Amino acid sequence: MNSNSTDTAAQSSGNSSELPRLHPWPVRLMHWTNATAMIIMILSGWGIYDDYVIIPGLHFSETFRLGPWAAPSLLWHFAGMWLLAVNGCCYVIYGLLTGRLRERMLPIRLAELVQTVRDTLHFKIAHEDLTVYNAVQKLLYIVVILAGISQVLTGLLIWKPIQFSAAVALLGGFQAVRLEHFLGMGVIVGFLIVHVALSLLVPQTLWAMLTGGPRLPTRKELS
Amino acid sequence: MKSPFRPVRVPDPAILDDHRRLIARLERRGFIRGGLSLGALAMLTGCDVSSEPGVDKALRLVSSWNDRVQGALFDPTHLAPTYPESMILRPPKFNAYYDITQVKPVSAQDWKLELAGLIADKRPWTAERLATLPETEMVIKHICVEGWDYIGGWSGPTLRSFLERVGADLRAKYVAFKTADDYPSSIDMATALHPQTLLATKYGGAPLADPFGFPLRLRMATKLGYKNPKWITAIEVTNRYPGGYWESLGFNWFGGM
Repeated sequence: MNSNSTDTAAQSSGNSSELPRLHPWPVRLMHWTNATAMIIMILSGWGIYDDYVIIPGLHFSETFRLGPWAAPSLLWHFAGMWLLAVNGCCYVIYGLLTGRLRERMLPIRLAELVQTVRDTLHFKIAHEDLTVYNAVQKLLYIVVILAGISQVLTGLLIWKPIQFSAAVALLGGFQAVRLEHFLGMGVIVGFLIVHVALSLLVPQTLWAMLTGGPRLPTRKELS
Repeated sequence: MKSPFRPVRVPDPAILDDHRRLIARLERRGFIRGGLSLGALAMLTGCDVSSEPGVDKALRLVSSWNDRVQGALFDPTHLAPTYPESMILRPPKFNAYYDITQVKPVSAQDWKLELAGLIADKRPWTAERLATLPETEMVIKHICVEGWDYIGGWSGPTLRSFLERVGADLRAKYVAFKTADDYPSSIDMATALHPQTLLATKYGGAPLADPFGFPLRLRMATKLGYKNPKWITAIEVTNRYPGGYWESLGFNWFGGM
């Protein structure tokens, strides 16, 4: 399927305004809510981290921290967590109920994955069709969704290490969970850099996440 | 005497009529309000959102909501993991809002524990009398809000046994503490009654050393380090929110783990 077939399908139905968009409004709302929550969590997390660093010598500059010292950073982190967790739950439930997660992220084929990586290294970034994710995109989105879930869970354990002492022990103790929470942040920041860079390289994707993007043929018409 | 600055002929006040409505609207308050908003706008460019009064207020509101969530998550029967005595760190780690060299030792002879609020028997306690109470020992992990931790061994009467002994109202909301180092603190009643909440008098089997709160400090296995006041001089049972030192600066009040 390419963008032409999408347009044809939209025209053939005769009533294009009823066809769903690539990113329906709930997805866009949750995407930007998540972006806000993630930025709050990452920047306030850096403020908390700095009081007792995990990697000696690694500090986050005050310019990027949210909150001038630990107490305000903690206030931000423990307020932002509600936005992140509630919005994240909505996204996963929505994605499962509508089938969007399965449709967009699966299947991932190894051969396709290798081919996409090879193309990308040759600067052949194919993105004519916004409606289909390539294997690397699929993998990255799955990884970052899992990292987000992991951050919420390890964050909960760092917040309540005694109430959930069995789970903390399972993950290797309090400091191990702290390290896992820190590494999870690293994965998400890494994703963010690639994600933002690519969306700026292919601005139609950014525009689509703001306005909804092209209309999609319904599943019936595809089959 | 006639002022040389006053005009000889006063203009007709009717010339003001055109502007009377405008003048009536000029108010000192309006100027102050406008000036403040302009100042607030200027502060935004300095870009520290956290110190914006509205933002700070909203964040603290969420923090008190988090107090309630933590109260609901707190299981009064769940025990914190304990460790073998061989893992006790000696001496424990010192942490306060000042340096260890600034610790002012408390003399056991002059020391008294005052009681206040919803307590039947408010007679003050001496160190000797406190030592007659049955002792509980626990080897637990101390976790600081900053992220570090260590294992410490504490002993002393449980706060529950003490509160029962003095006839405190155990249905009250808060137990508040005053200390010799001016570090007011307070906890919820559910945590006060938890079996791993001690009025600690000893560390690693020996009396507390001066920097760690001699002769009496609080040690809870279920709360972060800053919730454990040292050099306690007074205990109050109350239904009025007492707050605390770090809490007034923005740390979360419940501070539960």
